[in-house]
Amino acid sequence: MKPIIKVENLSKQYRIGAPKEAYTTLRDTIAGAVRAPFNALGRNGRSGKNTIWALRDVSFEVVPGEVVGIIGRNGAGKSTLLKILSQITEPTTGQVEVYGRIASLLEVGTGFHPELSGRENIFLNGAILGMKRAEIARKFDEIVAFAETEKFIDTPVKRYSSGMLVRLAFAVAAHLEPEILLVDEVLAVGDIAFQKKCLGKMDDVAKKGRTVLFVSHNTSAVQKLCQRAIWLGSGRIRRDGACGEVLENYLHEMRDNLGSDKLMSRDRDFTIANVRTLGQDGEEDQAFMTGENLRVELDYECAKTFPGAYLYVAIANRETVLFAANMCLDGCRIPAGEESGKLSVTFKELPLAPQQRYYIKVGGRASDNRTPLFEDSDIEVGVIQVVGSTADIHLNGEASELLISDSSSVLVPYEWDFGKGRVRNIESFKNVKLLDHRSF
Amino acid sequence: MDTIQESLVEVGVDPHLPAPVGESAARHHAVTLPEKPLVIIKPRQSLVALDLRSLWTYRELLYFLIWRDVKVRYKQTALGVTWVLLQPLIMVVIFSTLFGRVAGLPSDGIPYPLFACASVLAWTFLSSAVTKSGNSLVGSAHLITKVYFPRLMIPAAAICAAAIDLIIAFAVLVPMMIYYGVVPRWQVVMVLPLTVELILLAWAVGMWMSALNVKYRDVGFALPFLTQIWMFLSPVVYPLSVLPPRFRLVIMFNPMTGIIEGFRAALFGLPFNWLAILISTVVVMLLLTYALFSFRRMEREFADIV
Repeated sequence: MKPIIKVENLSKQYRIGAPKEAYTTLRDTIAGAVRAPFNALGRNGRSGKNTIWALRDVSFEVVPGEVVGIIGRNGAGKSTLLKILSQITEPTTGQVEVYGRIASLLEVGTGFHPELSGRENIFLNGAILGMKRAEIARKFDEIVAFAETEKFIDTPVKRYSSGMLVRLAFAVAAHLEPEILLVDEVLAVGDIAFQKKCLGKMDDVAKKGRTVLFVSHNTSAVQKLCQRAIWLGSGRIRRDGACGEVLENYLHEMRDNLGSDKLMSRDRDFTIANVRTLGQDGEEDQAFMTGENLRVELDYECAKTFPGAYLYVAIANRETVLFAANMCLDGCRIPAGEESGKLSVTFKELPLAPQQRYYIKVGGRASDNRTPLFEDSDIEVGVIQVVGSTADIHLNGEASELLISDSSSVLVPYEWDFGKGRVRNIESFKNVKLLDHRSF
Repeated sequence: MDTIQESLVEVGVDPHLPAPVGESAARHHAVTLPEKPLVIIKPRQSLVALDLRSLWTYRELLYFLIWRDVKVRYKQTALGVTWVLLQPLIMVVIFSTLFGRVAGLPSDGIPYPLFACASVLAWTFLSSAVTKSGNSLVGSAHLITKVYFPRLMIPAAAICAAAIDLIIAFAVLVPMMIYYGVVPRWQVVMVLPLTVELILLAWAVGMWMSALNVKYRDVGFALPFLTQIWMFLSPVVYPLSVLPPRFRLVIMFNPMTGIIEGFRAALFGLPFNWLAILISTVVVMLLLTYALFSFRRMEREFADIV
């Protein structure tokens, strides 16, 4: 089969040092020009230490109708690859041949203008994404219906709730009809129900024989949507093949990368081999909803002489540990001398705010309940994302959707009392009916 | 929760999605691919083609960008489009008082307010167009880093939106000419080519500045001063004839000289200074060519450094 995209030895080099903020001023350039001759004496060639290869010799082909997931850690080169394919930025070397019309969706709602109405923004955004005016006019009703914003279509979008805005923006994008669709991690926005609707739409697109390249951290979405996956690591292709197989390897390495040195006790008699996070259905997952149970499973190996120890598993956000299951406090112990075993801890009804990322940390104390078990006091062993919108957990403040990702991470029920018997009980997120966000 | 449950059902994605790989071959028998690639993405060589054809392909986007600028500009203003007329009018009043009355500058025998009006119209357009397009790329960073389209569109749209204002603002001239009893003669046809030249000049400078601004934010700060200086080096508040002859030729290399003097001649039936117009046309063409090529050269870095 003849490929629709042919990528050959693609490389992209960036200069490092906060590229976004560090735009040059004339003064820097003048100063640089004065210094340049002296620098040249010390070091020859331009590609010194200040550059980084975001992509290095990447080659692959995609045939029409394929849905390819691109996975990898942050900084692996996924977004750079999509940016080159979308012609936003140029490669440093190599080339890509494209045999079809490309539309790229690197962000939802690019070019939306707050002062313009929903109707006007549909046309503007459509044009920016590469649709013809007649095409937008033809699909207009369908777009509005998909976004469920009929009533507000002539209201300036600055008065929209953020949820409505995302729906409208995605509706436009979902109606693109290119031969090739490039999608970056755009599905991380909006409520769960709408995310499902979007994924459903994308799957329709794929069924119509269009080619889709899909970048995501959400491995379960990739699994459901894609037949093939490309795993990028440090700018190179690590593995390219059937989706299930690539994902398995990827997840495996993510686990191995925990660093076995770090997870070996100071006495070398206890090692944590694997850490998994499991959802309510017992399947491995990294995405959870507020109120869901999170199970952290550890495989460990220990020496016959292992005297037992105290372990703790903590959930932290970027700044601090939020809560933990701590054997030092509850008095439980890792059983002594069993050579290997599996241990799991379930955190019930996660009181965690959505749209934030949380880190799973492990630490412990030796059998004397004093000496640290590991070299480091706590070691990050996993990351989870709590997903969903504020509407999903019944927090209906006007700006809640905008604020939630920066708000405090732990949610507990509380009650406002405004006097004169006016009481508002806020524990709605305790009653969240859980959606199975995994089955798209 | 009910609504969410409902829409879940609506989606109705087949739970038994077809197995990977194997079936993919089956589904795209209908796709026929072109012989030659539609796009080849590779690092650009040093000498770049202008590729003006892609501008044509994306003409609808240009239309929408202009439409957005025009639409948004006067939102939440009480006076709305009236500002387009008010701005030059206020400047004419100030200039007439300051330079006409107080300083007593000559005006080639035309009433000073009328004399100033012709140049102020051209000048307000140039300065607002250059300022707006000069900041346009930086202001559209979110577009540049997320979508591909010819980058030339952005400064061009800003110029076009300003040009629409210019055309509306010409209306100011009508009551003023009636009031001063000046009847245009055949020369008035020259207004059209001169306006085109003026727009091209604004485009050239605006596009060049916008590209420089991406790399050197200093442009954003310097631009207001530069246009101010440029104004005093152009015969906006004074006629060319007030200068000593040896300076006239020098100042004619400022393309605005030929344009402004040309405007006055065309509107008020004065003799044309063809030399000034010729020099200015040549300079505008050279500037435009330089700006286009230098824009295309700098363009490929935009997404990385904006």
